[in-house]
Amino acid sequence: MSDLRDLYEEVILDHNRHPRNYPKNPAGANRHAHGFNPLCGDEVQVHLRVADDVVRDVGFEGQGCAICMASASLMTQAIMDRPVAEADALFEAVREVLAGEEGGGGARSARSARSGRGAVAAPGGATAEAGAEAAGRLGKLAVLAGVREYPMRVKCATLAWHTMRAALHGAGETVTTE
Amino acid sequence: MSPDTASSSASSASAPSAPAPSGPAAAGYDVERVRADFPALHQSAHGHPLAYLDNGATTQKPRAVIDAEVHFYEHDCANVHRGVHALSERATRAFDGARAAVQRFLGAPSPREVVFVRGVTEAINLVAHSYARPRLREGDEILLTQLEHHANIVPWQLAARETGAVLKVVPCNDRGELLFEEYLRLLGPRTRIVGVGHVSNALGTVNPVRAMIEAAHAQGVPVLVDGAQAAPHVRIDVQALDCDFYAFSGHKVYGPTGIGALYGKETLLDAMPPYQGGGEMIRRVTFQESTWAALPMKFEAGTPNVAGAVGLAAAIAYVEALGLERIAAHEHTLLEAATAALADLPGLRIVGTARDKASLVSFVLEGVHPHDVGTILDRQGIAVRAGHHCAMPVMERFGLPATTRASFGLYNTLAEVEALAAGLRKVREVFAR
Repeated sequence: MSDLRDLYEEVILDHNRHPRNYPKNPAGANRHAHGFNPLCGDEVQVHLRVADDVVRDVGFEGQGCAICMASASLMTQAIMDRPVAEADALFEAVREVLAGEEGGGGARSARSARSGRGAVAAPGGATAEAGAEAAGRLGKLAVLAGVREYPMRVKCATLAWHTMRAALHGAGETVTTE
Repeated sequence: MSPDTASSSASSASAPSAPAPSGPAAAGYDVERVRADFPALHQSAHGHPLAYLDNGATTQKPRAVIDAEVHFYEHDCANVHRGVHALSERATRAFDGARAAVQRFLGAPSPREVVFVRGVTEAINLVAHSYARPRLREGDEILLTQLEHHANIVPWQLAARETGAVLKVVPCNDRGELLFEEYLRLLGPRTRIVGVGHVSNALGTVNPVRAMIEAAHAQGVPVLVDGAQAAPHVRIDVQALDCDFYAFSGHKVYGPTGIGALYGKETLLDAMPPYQGGGEMIRRVTFQESTWAALPMKFEAGTPNVAGAVGLAAAIAYVEALGLERIAAHEHTLLEAATAALADLPGLRIVGTARDKASLVSFVLEGVHPHDVGTILDRQGIAVRAGHHCAMPVMERFGLPATTRASFGLYNTLAEVEALAAGLRKVREVFAR
């Protein structure tokens, strides 16, 4: 039960129940992207109004599990009125905290390191350390770190972030984290 | 060896240690004795005893299946229908014996009508490609139902796109039962084939396939039945059904992954071109042309999954020794208990309440996404499926992105049903904070 609380923190439950900047497509939005995980069905649209390299407004639409919705909600708060470069930096920090999401193995390595199970090779340990360091840079977003213990759910937490990044820099294709 | 002789050389390697058909289990269903046959059930998950309730996705394997595959690899591993040596002869005998076991399991008249495939998905692709495509013309219709798994939708869609044919869909009511009058109405002069799941994987509905086949045949339309979810729960008799094609997957009936079978009426299979080309499926090859092997090898290009077939035969022997009727009765008890226990939970709604239903319960819990339900249950050792169950049109019909599904098998217990209900109360607790 206690480990479930690491995942379903109060903040997560609150943002799931009352997502911020949702459903919202801000007036004058000029950057959009669609994120979709077809296997699990999580789906978000991220809308941004960017001017002078600053995110002036942000909103999202869609539906998904508590982790997906809360992460998207937290993301919109975190990047509101922030320079694009800072949004990019937050994206990187979130990705590092949920380490290994790209390769799949890293998340498990971090998990083994924390629980003390199995032999952890140096890269795994390094990933865990980097993750802890990145968590420090996250502030309120640190609640997302609990997802790291649930490798199957990391894709839920990262979907909105990848979608935001695609809205800022992408070519308009649908993003997926599966 | 030709498949004609296969049935006489039946399955020597099929069932090393299946339970005897009589004995203590025959009187009353001894689920604890059954559980002892399944090594994977005896483990904990996240510190809790495993309650494996995801049998609709795949089933665990009895020791007899595992042993059959191990025995094959330790003693009989060779390619089939090729070598002249002792191992090849044993492997061929085991493989042909497995085909005979599948033939009996389906009630098929001849081993020539049993094609080994990877599973239902490949079986339907085979039929869509080799039966439907060459016959379909622009405006022809393929009749499916709203309850189909993607495996019984997408292959037809591919064939339709190539040929200009269109898909027609039989709707269902709020209980998840097909509207038979609609089916009769949609069965029209342009219908070229009907594809229907015997049992819905998302809702558990048992479809009236026999009546559907009869109605289709009255109009000269052949029917493919997707038996993926039926094979572990229902006695299949392709001759009584009079279906034209029937497909099932081994791994859903306690056998290995990567092996399944397609039954097809011989006259239909005979007239169909090959699905894939290669070794095993030919009679004679020159660079000018090739001629095809006889059935069923015409549809089995390349080295087959021999070990898988041997494991599947062991699985069939296992469930037949237990008795499909007794398995169904046991599972029905679980279904009734689960339906009652879940109906008591506040905010829980069961999706799919057909009068004739296989042993699975699909549901939604108010205010909690199915994936969160799945994760919280998992942390209590309870394995369920959360998602769209590869049946997005079913989800759309009920206006849901996903459901949580608990699906029961021959080794599940009433205690596990209670664990599920307790686990769901904990889900509410976590989300009520």
